[in-house]
Amino acid sequence: MTPSAPPSRPPAEVTLPSENAVCVRRTFDAPVDLVWRAYTEPALMHRWLLGPPGWSMPVCDMHVRTRGTFLWRWRNDDDGKEFGFSGEFKEVVLHQKIVSTELFDPGDVGGTMGEGATVNTVTFEESGGVTTMTTLIEYASQADRDAALATGMTDGMEMSYKRLDAVLDGGAG
Amino acid sequence: MSELSHTFAALSDPTRMGIVAHLATGECTVNELVSKFELTQPTISAHLKVLEGAGLISRTRRAQTRPCKLRPEAFKDLDIWLERYRTLWEGNYRRLDAVLDDLKADQDS
Repeated sequence: MTPSAPPSRPPAEVTLPSENAVCVRRTFDAPVDLVWRAYTEPALMHRWLLGPPGWSMPVCDMHVRTRGTFLWRWRNDDDGKEFGFSGEFKEVVLHQKIVSTELFDPGDVGGTMGEGATVNTVTFEESGGVTTMTTLIEYASQADRDAALATGMTDGMEMSYKRLDAVLDGGAG
Repeated sequence: MSELSHTFAALSDPTRMGIVAHLATGECTVNELVSKFELTQPTISAHLKVLEGAGLISRTRRAQTRPCKLRPEAFKDLDIWLERYRTLWEGNYRRLDAVLDDLKADQDS
């Protein structure tokens, strides 16, 4: 830990609650209205929803209301290749919950995120100015989920490996 | 632990990770992998040999095509997989932390 490191927040927690689902949970040191804004306003989303290093997000189209749609595209800074996600909001409860369908578009990047759409349920819970965001991603099948896990790792691989190696070497974060 | 690092080393190559990702959707012949990854057959075969050596895939002796498939038991230790998946999310979430810090500062001023 360097002296300039931010106050330690518990890192994101990934679990496999069922054979076709992944759940990611993380707390944020901010009230829920701010987390909601950062999660749903394109101008703010652009700044953090980047994925692996070397990718930017040229398209971020959000219509956050029940039966509204969204479209996200990422572009590789080096070779210009793109991939994206699109979907529809099934349920939107301000500051509490967003349920959406999400379909992976491999673009010219390729990858195997499975054939079908996922159902994503994001819940927001604030306690004492700290907000816990839980993202449950349900795939059409276990094979789809496992393919998505593998693809996610491929994308971020090199940087992630270096960080993970350091964690494994040190035995702790 | 040595088995784990063996697995890890086998997965440390982008092409091999790509092959594993592809096999996660179902078994596949060498020829299918050759056309999918646009590499030569010897190159693909060399990668498969490493994956097989690490116990990540198995190849049936069926006819000449010898289809490859993932060995689910090799992925029992999902911690490694999840750790890397988690790292991707955590990268985004650290940037989200910074965005939230800015929003809080704006509110205070």
